Amino acid sequence: MSVEVAGLGHAKAEGPLKLAVPRGALLEETLDALDAIGVDTSEVRGESRSLIFETEGITLVTMRPSDVPTYVEAGAADVGITGKDVLLEQADRVVYELLDLGFGRCRMVLAARKGDESLGESQRRLGMMRIATKYPRTAERHFESTGRQVEVIEVKGSVELAPLIGLADGIVDLVATGRTLEENDLEVREEILECTARFVANRVAHKLRAREVDELTAKLREATAR
Amino acid sequence: MIHPIPPGTRDVLPDEMRELRRLHLAMIEVFESRGYGEVATPAIEYDEVMARGDGRTAASAYRFFDERGDLLALRSDMTVPIARLVASRYAAVEPPIRLCYLANAFRAVRPQRGQMREFAQAGVELIGAPAPEGTAEVIEVLEATLDAAGLNRTVIGLGDSDLFRQLLSELGIEGEARDSVLGRLAAHDLVGLEAELSELNGIGEEQVATCVALSQLRGGKEVLDEARSLGGAAVERATARIGETFEALEARGVADRVQIDLGLLRDLGYYSGAILEVYDPAIGHVLGGGGRYDGLLKRFGLDLPAAGFALYLERVHVAQMEEARGVEGL
Repeated sequence: MSVEVAGLGHAKAEGPLKLAVPRGALLEETLDALDAIGVDTSEVRGESRSLIFETEGITLVTMRPSDVPTYVEAGAADVGITGKDVLLEQADRVVYELLDLGFGRCRMVLAARKGDESLGESQRRLGMMRIATKYPRTAERHFESTGRQVEVIEVKGSVELAPLIGLADGIVDLVATGRTLEENDLEVREEILECTARFVANRVAHKLRAREVDELTAKLREATAR
Repeated sequence: MIHPIPPGTRDVLPDEMRELRRLHLAMIEVFESRGYGEVATPAIEYDEVMARGDGRTAASAYRFFDERGDLLALRSDMTVPIARLVASRYAAVEPPIRLCYLANAFRAVRPQRGQMREFAQAGVELIGAPAPEGTAEVIEVLEATLDAAGLNRTVIGLGDSDLFRQLLSELGIEGEARDSVLGRLAAHDLVGLEAELSELNGIGEEQVATCVALSQLRGGKEVLDEARSLGGAAVERATARIGETFEALEARGVADRVQIDLGLLRDLGYYSGAILEVYDPAIGHVLGGGGRYDGLLKRFGLDLPAAGFALYLERVHVAQMEEARGVEGL
């Protein structure tokens, strides 16, 4: 009787696992977590402009956080790390969410100008608020689930600008410390949800490279548990 | 002049068509050689027929009225139309009934490579052959089909669609809460699953951990023992069913590329018992799937057990190309 038969016998690993690493706000803590599980991240931390880093046992591929679900869904990366905000905004991307890494904690909020009544006034007199955001689907879901009508205006850059010069009554955005809001004379009106970094996997990689994915998940769980 | 076609549909030109045709022929030859006769059904059905198969998920995304005001639907898969066909035309035939098809179906998806709104499926339906032998025969045909397509690195995931349904009932989780938890499991959102289970009344930490751990059990026969150690009557029944099917596969000598996967959950509502998914290491999408749907024919008035599989033809073609590329690259 052969024991190793089933499953993994045929799924020959094709080189090390490819991990999608988010550049930007999550990069530092992602690399710390990787250090903690014994991955050498010195090259990623260096001045190199490369996007792909081969390390012992795992290949790190750096990209924008919002691209992580795209690469992982297609299987171009086997596993990845990105924010829950990104996963919610791209909820139609099929990736397996395996672990809450706990870091990169921030809040998705509805904010408006301090002391300004235009949110309420638009709602009362026009039947809908105008909301600027980089997260149109998350914003739409929030207002829909709370029974309010909104016009969601998608912007790409500094969303704080929108209520200041009259593009929108309020904004839905991600805040970590709240300093940007403060500096722009904005205040939080509603908390929508709390977001942290998540460890995700491609569904085929999760099946065919089960042992490697499980090992990495377990190590990350241990390293990020508090 | 460029005249657009709807997103998620496409024209096929001769170079690709020649390859697809070869693939068609190779697959149909396997089906026919094993006694599965090819059938065709209309691309449009009465909406009531598609909804009877599975009101929740398999119902078509594309529906319209005909000139008499009847509601029609573009078929979203072939299993439901074949259940209708068998109930209407084979009711008096001594089972088992073996049918196969190669046909286009239609679903609302975000169009991308290997995932279109109109797509071709090749598959078989074995009607009137109960588990575990019926399931094992279907898996054997599936393996022969993959071999004929030249995909010898594929892995077939074998799970049980009743496991979590019954386990959750056992834990007293019913109705909407159960559907919501099953949704998390199907999407494999483990973080959400843990949070949602923890919020339910009467569910202890240990039970949450059991559910999460079960959903991650995949591998060889040893995972059945690991599952049993997590306990419960639902787990006992599901592992027994999977174990029987696996033994039937071993007896046929086709268990090698089957991976037992307790976390497998397909989002079509008509499955019962065994469920299958097909993976190839060269591509990140599932090549196809299937399983048992012992209750489906009954909805059409013919109480027969049934099992089958469907492969997405375009994805199989993509996998063929990627596998060939991998070989060249070495």
